[in-house]
Amino acid sequence: MPWLSILMGVPVVGALAVSAVPKGNDRLAKQLTLAVSLIVLALTLVMAFQFDPSGRRDQFSEIYNWIPSFGVHYAVAVDGIALVLIALAVVLVPIVVLASWNDADRPEAKRSVKTYFALILVLEAMMIGVFAATDIFLFYVFFEAMLIPMYFMIGSYGGAQRSYAAVKFLLYSLFGGLLMLVAVIALYSIAGKGTFLQPELIGVIKDPTTQKWLFLGFFIAFAVKAPLWPFHTWLPDAAAQAPAGAAVLLVGVLDKVGTYGMLRFCLELFPDAAKFFTPLVIALSVIGIVYGAVVAIGQTDMKRLIAYTSISHFGFITMGVFAMTADAGSGATLYMVNHGFSTGALFLLAGFLINRRGSQYIADYGGVQKVAPVLAGTFLVAGLSSLSLPGLSTFVSEFLVLIGTYERYVVPSIIALSGMVLAAVYILWMYQRMMTGPTPEKIKTMPDLNLREKIVVAPLLALLIGFGFFPKPLLDVINPAVHQTLTSVHVTPFTPAIPATAEKKGAGQ
Amino acid sequence: MSTLAAAVIEAPKIEYGELAPMLLIFGAATVGVLVEAFTPRYLRKSIQMPITVLSMVGAFALTVWEGFKGVRSAAAMGAVAVDGPSLFIWGAILLLAIVSVLLINDDEHFVAQAAAVPGSAEEDQAISEGGAHTEIYPLVLFAVGGMMLFPASNDLLIMFVALEVMSLPLYLLCGLARRRRLLSQEAAMKYFLLGAFSSAFFLYGMALLYGFAGSVDLAAIEKAIPTVGGQDSLLFTGAAMLGVGLLFKIGAAPFQAWKPDVYQGSPTPITALMASGTLIAAFGALLRVFWVALGNLDQQWIPVLWAVAILTMIVGAILAITQTDIKRMLAYSSIAHTGFLLTAVVATGKEAQNVGALAGILFYLVAYGFATVGAFAVVTMVRDAGGEAGHLSRWAGLGKRSPVLAGVFALFLLAFAGIPLTSGFFGKYAVFSAAVSGGATALVIVGVVTSAMAAFFYVRVIVLMFFSDPAADGPTIAVPTMGTAAVVTLSAAATVVLGVFPQPVLDLAHSAAQSLFVR
Repeated sequence: MPWLSILMGVPVVGALAVSAVPKGNDRLAKQLTLAVSLIVLALTLVMAFQFDPSGRRDQFSEIYNWIPSFGVHYAVAVDGIALVLIALAVVLVPIVVLASWNDADRPEAKRSVKTYFALILVLEAMMIGVFAATDIFLFYVFFEAMLIPMYFMIGSYGGAQRSYAAVKFLLYSLFGGLLMLVAVIALYSIAGKGTFLQPELIGVIKDPTTQKWLFLGFFIAFAVKAPLWPFHTWLPDAAAQAPAGAAVLLVGVLDKVGTYGMLRFCLELFPDAAKFFTPLVIALSVIGIVYGAVVAIGQTDMKRLIAYTSISHFGFITMGVFAMTADAGSGATLYMVNHGFSTGALFLLAGFLINRRGSQYIADYGGVQKVAPVLAGTFLVAGLSSLSLPGLSTFVSEFLVLIGTYERYVVPSIIALSGMVLAAVYILWMYQRMMTGPTPEKIKTMPDLNLREKIVVAPLLALLIGFGFFPKPLLDVINPAVHQTLTSVHVTPFTPAIPATAEKKGAGQ
Repeated sequence: MSTLAAAVIEAPKIEYGELAPMLLIFGAATVGVLVEAFTPRYLRKSIQMPITVLSMVGAFALTVWEGFKGVRSAAAMGAVAVDGPSLFIWGAILLLAIVSVLLINDDEHFVAQAAAVPGSAEEDQAISEGGAHTEIYPLVLFAVGGMMLFPASNDLLIMFVALEVMSLPLYLLCGLARRRRLLSQEAAMKYFLLGAFSSAFFLYGMALLYGFAGSVDLAAIEKAIPTVGGQDSLLFTGAAMLGVGLLFKIGAAPFQAWKPDVYQGSPTPITALMASGTLIAAFGALLRVFWVALGNLDQQWIPVLWAVAILTMIVGAILAITQTDIKRMLAYSSIAHTGFLLTAVVATGKEAQNVGALAGILFYLVAYGFATVGAFAVVTMVRDAGGEAGHLSRWAGLGKRSPVLAGVFALFLLAFAGIPLTSGFFGKYAVFSAAVSGGATALVIVGVVTSAMAAFFYVRVIVLMFFSDPAADGPTIAVPTMGTAAVVTLSAAATVVLGVFPQPVLDLAHSAAQSLFVR
C-alpha cells in the first residue's frame, strides 16, 4: 500500500475540499479540516504500527520517475527518524486546528477563514513530504514550497508587524534555500550518477575540498531553517507575529526540517566535511544555547520569549547531531519530537492567554493562577517541560544529548549545562510575573480554559508526561536509524562491509 | 555556347515546404495589408482577426508537422536554418503570439487615431467615432514573421533583414497606446532611435566580419576563424559590434536602458508580445551567432559574456527593487531573467554539454514566456480612471477585492521568483545546472544571490496585494473579455503544469537541441 502517498494525498484533497466550502460556512470548513487531520493521524498510526524498527532502513518505499531528464524521482520512504518526525507533525496538526478554531475569525485577518484552514492542510502534506523524501531534489522542492503556505499564514493572519515578519521569514529561508540549490546542482553534476536518490549518493563525493563546499551549501540552508545562531534573527519576529497555531507548526515542525536535514544530508553525504566542521558547529551551538537563553530572560513579549527559548533548544539539537555519538544522535532526534510537543503547548497556552487579555506582553498579566487555575497549571507544566524537569519527556532527550556530547566534547557539554540553569530562570520568572502575585482588575474576569482548550492541551501534556516516564517506544524506533546514520558517517577501514548489528548498550534498550 | 551556358545564373533552390510556416505568416500579413486597402472600415476587424489567428494556428500546425517529420536542414541555399532549435523556437513564438493576439483583440488598449495630436479635438472626434487601427494585425504578423526568421537565419545578411522586419513594426506598435499617449510616443521614439543605433552596430560588425572571412555565412565565418590569419582586428571588432547589436535586443546590461521605458509606454498587449516573443527570437539569434559563427572564438567571448551576465543580473535585480510602476518592475525583472539565461549561454563545452545548455535555455524561454504574457494580461485588467493602474500603490489590497486575480498574479510572481512547483523553478534549475556542469559555478552563485534579491520585489507585490488594506478609491477590476480570460487561464495552467510535470516539454526541448544548430 502506498502509505506515504496516501498520507500526503489526503490533506491535499482535504485542502481542496475546504477551499471549495461556500462562503459564510466557516464552521463547516473548520469541521472538515479537523476531520481530515484526524483521518491523517489515524492513518499515520496504522502505518506506524506496521513499521518494523529492526527491519531494513527505508520502509514503505515508493520510487517513480518524475523528471527523468534531470534524474529526479518521486521517491519517498521512512526510517525511524523520519517516522517520528512525521508522527510529530500529524499529531500537532489536529491540535493546532482545534486551538486555532477562532483565530482566523478576527476582523483584522486579511483572508477568509477557510483559506487559513486550507493552508494548514497544504502545509501538513508538505511537512509529511519533506520528511519522507529520499530524493534530494524532491526534498528541496518540499523544503522551498512549504515556505509559501507559512508565508501566507503569517502575513494574512498575524499580528501588527505581520508583513515585515512574513517577508523576513521568506527571504531568509529563500536565501538559504537558494545556496542549497547550488549545492544540490553541484552534487548532482559532480557525482555524475544521473540520480538524486539520497541512498545512492552516500559516499560518492570523495574529494575533501568539494565535500567542504557542498557541505556548506547544505549546512547554511539548514542553519537558517533550524535556526542556529547567528542565522536566527528571523525566528523571534516570525514566531511573535504568527498566529499561535502557525507559530506551533513553524517552530515545532518546520524548523525541525533544518536539524533533520543536517542529520540526513550533511552528515551522511559529506561525512569528512562534517567532521572537519564539527568544532565550528559545536561552538555555534553552544553560543546559541547560552545566547538564546540569556536573551529569552530579557524578553517582555511572551511569544518572543518562547521563540528565544527555542533558539537555545535548537542549539542542543545541533550539538547532539554533530557530536556523532549514538546517545547524542538518539537524544537529538528525541529532542526534535519533544521540543515540538513542549513548545507547541507553550505557544498554544500563550495564544489562549493573548486571546483573553489581548496583549502579548508579560507585564500586562499577573495573578492569573487565582482566576484561571487550570490555565496557570497547564502553563506551568508546559514551562517545566521547556526547562527539562525530570519526569517530563524533554528531560530524557536533553540528558541523552548532554551525555552523548560529553563522551566526546567535555568542555562544550559543560558550558551547555548552563543552558539548563538559565532555562529555569526564564521559565520560572515568566511564570512568577504572569501567574502569581496580585491580580489586576483586567485579569479578574479572565475565564479559565473551556472544554475545547482543555482538549487541545490535554494530549500534549499527556505525551510529555507519558514519554517522560516511558520513552522506550520512541527510542526503539529512533535508535536503529541513528545507528545506521552514524555507520554511514564513520566510514573507517576496519568497519566490516556487512551491516553491523545494533549496539546492545544503546539508550532505551 | 558553353561560355554562355555557364553565364546563365542558376535559379536559387528554395525549399518552400520547409519554410512554409514563415511564408504563411508573411503571406497573411500581406493579405492583411490588402484588406486594409480594399475593405470598408467596419468590416476590417472581423476580417483581420480571423486571418491573424488562423494563419498563426496554421503556421504552428505546420511547425509541429515539420517537427514530427524531423526536418533538420539549411533551406534556401543555406540561408535559413530549419533545424531543431529553429522549429522549437518557431513553435514557442507562434503559441505566445496567438496568446498575445487574444490580448491585442481589445480596442481598449489602442489609440483611436494615431495621427491625431494627443489631447486635441481630432483625437476626441476619433474616439467618439469609435475609430480603431486595424493595421495593428498585419503589423503584428510582420513582427512575428521577423521573429521567426531572426533565430533561424543562417547568414548575417538574412539575420539583419529579419532584425529589421521584426523591429520596425514593433517601433510603430509601441506608440499606439490609447492612454498616456505622450509616454507611449516617447517610448516608440526611444526604442526606434536606440534600435537604429544597435542595428547600425550590427551592420558594421557584419561588414567587418565579411572583411575578415569573405562571407556572411555563419558556417563560413566559423571555418575562417582558425584558418585566416593576420586579420584579428577585423575579427574582434566585428564580433564585438555584432555582439552589441544582439545584446541590445535581448536587453542585457549595459544595453538594457530601453527596456523599462518601452515596456512601460507600449500598449500592454504589445509589451506582452515583446517580452515573450522578441526575447525568444533574440536569444535564438544570439546563440546562433555566438555558438555557430563565433564558436571557434569562445575563449575570447566567454569572459566578456561572463561579465555581461553578472552585470545584467545585478542591474536587473537591484534596479527592480526601486521601481514603483508595475510594468517597469516587470521590465527590470525581464532584464534579470536575461542575465539568468546568459549563464547557460556561456556554459559551452563538449557536445552533450551544449545540448544540455541549449535545452535548458529553450525550456526557460517557454516557461518565462508564458508567465510573462500571463502577468501582463493581469496588468491589463487592473484599471482606474486614467487607464491601467500602473503605480504599485494602487495594487494594495487587491487580494481582498479580487482574490482569484490576485492569486493568479501571485502565482506568476512566484514563478518569476523560481519557487518550486512553478515553471520558473525548473527553468532556473535547467539553466543553472547547465551552467554548473559547464564550469560556471561562480556565475550560478551570483545567479542565486540575485534571485534572492529579485524575490524581494516579487514578494513585495504579494505583500501589497494580500497583506495591505485596499485603498478607498482603488482601481476597478475590468471584467475580462473572453480573450483576456483565456490568456490568463492558459498562462496560469502552463505555469502550473510546467512546474509539476515539466518532463514532456523538457523532452521536446532536449530532442530539439539534440542535433544542435545546423551548419
